[in-house]
Amino acid sequence: MSKKFWQQGEPFVWATGLALSLILFLTMLLLYVVIANGLMVFWPKQVALATLSDGRQLLGEIVREEVIPGGQAKRLQFKIGNRDLYGLDFKWVDASSITSMSFPQNVQVLERQEFGNFYGFLSELEVKGLAPPATGSNSLEQTIAALDSRKKEVSLLGKKIANLNRRVEMIDHRLIQAHYDKEENTPALAALQGEKEGLKTEFEALVGILNEKGAALATNQAIFLDANGRTKAIPLVNIVRSYQPNAMSVLAKCGYYLERMRELFLDEPRESNTEGGLFPAIFGTIMLILLMSVLSFPLGVLAGIYLREYAKDGYLVRLVRIAVNNLAGIPSIVYGIFGLGFFVYGVGGSIDQMFFPERLPTPTFGTGGILWTSLTLGLLTVPVVIVATEEALGAISPGIREGSQALAATKLQTLTRILLPMASPGILTGFILAMARAAGEVAPLMITGVVKLAPALPLDGVFPYLHLDRKFMHLGFHIYDIGFQSPNVEAAKPMVYVTTLLLILIVLLLTSTAIHLRNRMRQRYSVTDV
Amino acid sequence: MPRSDSAISVIENPQVVIKDLNLYYGASQALHDLSFGIPAGQVTALIGPSGCGKSTLLRCINRMNDLVDGLRVEGSITIDGENINDPTLDVIELRRKVGMVFQKWNPFPKSIYENVVYGLRIAGIKERTTLEEAAEKSLKRAALWDEVKERLHQSAMGLSGGQMQRLCIARAIAVSPEIILMDEPCSALDPRSTARIEELIRELREEYTIIIVTHNMQQAARISDYTAYMYLGELVEYGPTQQVFTVPVKKETEDYITGRFG
Ligand SMILES: Nc1ncnc2c1ncn2[C@@H]1O[C@H](COP(=O)(O)OP(=O)(O)OP(=O)(O)O)[C@@H](O)[C@H]1O
Ligand SMILES: [Mg+2]
Repeated sequence: MSKKFWQQGEPFVWATGLALSLILFLTMLLLYVVIANGLMVFWPKQVALATLSDGRQLLGEIVREEVIPGGQAKRLQFKIGNRDLYGLDFKWVDASSITSMSFPQNVQVLERQEFGNFYGFLSELEVKGLAPPATGSNSLEQTIAALDSRKKEVSLLGKKIANLNRRVEMIDHRLIQAHYDKEENTPALAALQGEKEGLKTEFEALVGILNEKGAALATNQAIFLDANGRTKAIPLVNIVRSYQPNAMSVLAKCGYYLERMRELFLDEPRESNTEGGLFPAIFGTIMLILLMSVLSFPLGVLAGIYLREYAKDGYLVRLVRIAVNNLAGIPSIVYGIFGLGFFVYGVGGSIDQMFFPERLPTPTFGTGGILWTSLTLGLLTVPVVIVATEEALGAISPGIREGSQALAATKLQTLTRILLPMASPGILTGFILAMARAAGEVAPLMITGVVKLAPALPLDGVFPYLHLDRKFMHLGFHIYDIGFQSPNVEAAKPMVYVTTLLLILIVLLLTSTAIHLRNRMRQRYSVTDV
Repeated sequence: MPRSDSAISVIENPQVVIKDLNLYYGASQALHDLSFGIPAGQVTALIGPSGCGKSTLLRCINRMNDLVDGLRVEGSITIDGENINDPTLDVIELRRKVGMVFQKWNPFPKSIYENVVYGLRIAGIKERTTLEEAAEKSLKRAALWDEVKERLHQSAMGLSGGQMQRLCIARAIAVSPEIILMDEPCSALDPRSTARIEELIRELREEYTIIIVTHNMQQAARISDYTAYMYLGELVEYGPTQQVFTVPVKKETEDYITGRFG
């Protein structure tokens, strides 16, 4: 019986099924961890007030609960915040030393510009130049909202100053250029100098106003009490958001959640990236992938076409093919090093010498930037596109080519009108794989242009709009940075989950767009021939 | 009188003249000293056992063999007095003049309409009315119009095998060639489709010179005016179909036709 049993292939079917289930299980586990943790980050958590056996009190979110190794006793981890008061955000407490625990309605949680969250109770509002604050549970929120217009004014001033700065910088560039060209005492130069002086005085005046207004704003503050009654004055401008989680209804919590989401997608990061939004990183990631695609897709397709359609099949072509196939196996950091050496220092350095010699030794293109990173990533993904193109073209039956050429089409016409449309689904499949790989790469980015915090986006409203020489932020690097490089890893953990989830979503979005495109192509050029 | 001249002189005023044609795939020779003339406005059938070089010869006439690596041709083929093996000849011009229908139908994964007008578009014709008229005319000539006129803009991949083959014929005649080469156009078709295509070939004869490869003796007898019997790359017998089938000169021809060989 056993021989027949084996021959029937039952065990083989089981083995295939098992292999698939194992892979599915691991993938699902990964996704579950990321999604479960990532989605919960922004949901407001209850804040507990714990009284310890020595009489001290503790206010914070319960983050984790675990059994102390080697016993039955449990311990709890609290996020107590108030880094400026206590030094540490987190605290482990033995469950046995907690005598009582409550969830007071009036606990106030503050998200601040610096020092992380504050947990405490509102004691008093000290506000100047505003109508006396209404009393009641939401007086703090109302007062903060009342300061809004003045805050906006200040931030507008900041933007104006940044603009002035940029203009001064541009004049500086021109002056340096003039100096380099040995141009002196010309009227144009004098005019530039004059303009610069004018801008400088304007700049100083604005800074003066800004400081004044900022100081005036900062005098509006609120006094808070921590769990043990210590007072702490916090300027209202430093409060990003304040809420009372224990008193919030589900609807209010949803509102809070949405607000945090909005911040995540549209705002800049704060506190060395562990708080605030991810907008620059999202922008950088998408732009990098698109730029990489624009560079590598046509190159790979053309190379693949040459290899399959034009190169004479022989020893050399086979060698090239093997080499191309193996390129995909080179560690990505090696590509990064190559990118740094060749693109950044080699190409970028030469560009600087040729076009921006006056700025040296300050590099313009001879330093990491989004262009070099895209090129490096493009190099890394191009083999996949080449192989996919070659294979897709090779899969088309020779009868189709002959049919087209017999109708007096040239090779090029056959290629563009028949072969490429037919091969496009296959090429796109390869491209999707390449794109997904590129989106998840971090190592080569780190040495060719990604930074922790970029001062400006690579695409903005300032001429020439597209600044390919600029450094940029990236979600993948962000994960590494806040997860492993930040001074406060524990506090950054939620953000790691959120960033990971976001990166996965972006990759999913881009690839599913490509898949949609491919399916449409496939429908149009399907060959259901026998 | 050398043999080659006698084979050419079978036909008066041949349109295609094949003279001393030798063809090599690398080191192995596939065609040996072929010489004969093909008349204009007639159907000429090429018959012979598998591997004797019928397709190879056919593909010489529109230089389809250019696509094959390592292939070498000696001798000449002239069409209307022009040597098509001349390296300076414009192959595109030649293929516009000499159309081809393959053994395995090969419609493009496009709509039926786009398939028919493909050759015209390649030739640079853009006016919609011209294209539409040509498509209708060719599809009617190929006896496919009634079956597809409702679905011209649907994929050609949804047609049956016989319809696809007729589409390929329509595609070939849409560019108005002078000569049509057909390589076993019915070998994969059922008797009804075969009958339709044979009928079509008889009709097309009025306007085109047709050279057809077939393994079906009855078919060759039914549709062709002249028949060439090939064996191992050599031309064994060539003459009017009537004569080749009823009073063949060579014993091998008779054996092959009557099915005692091949
Ligand atoms: N691309 C090629 N490379 C090498 N030899 C070839 C090639 N094509 C055909 N041949 C050889 O040339 C000879 C003639 O082939 P051809 O296809 O012309 O035969 P055929 O008469 O059309 O046969 P069939 O009736 O089976 O189609 C055969 O011996 C074949 O093996
Ligand atoms: Mg053949």
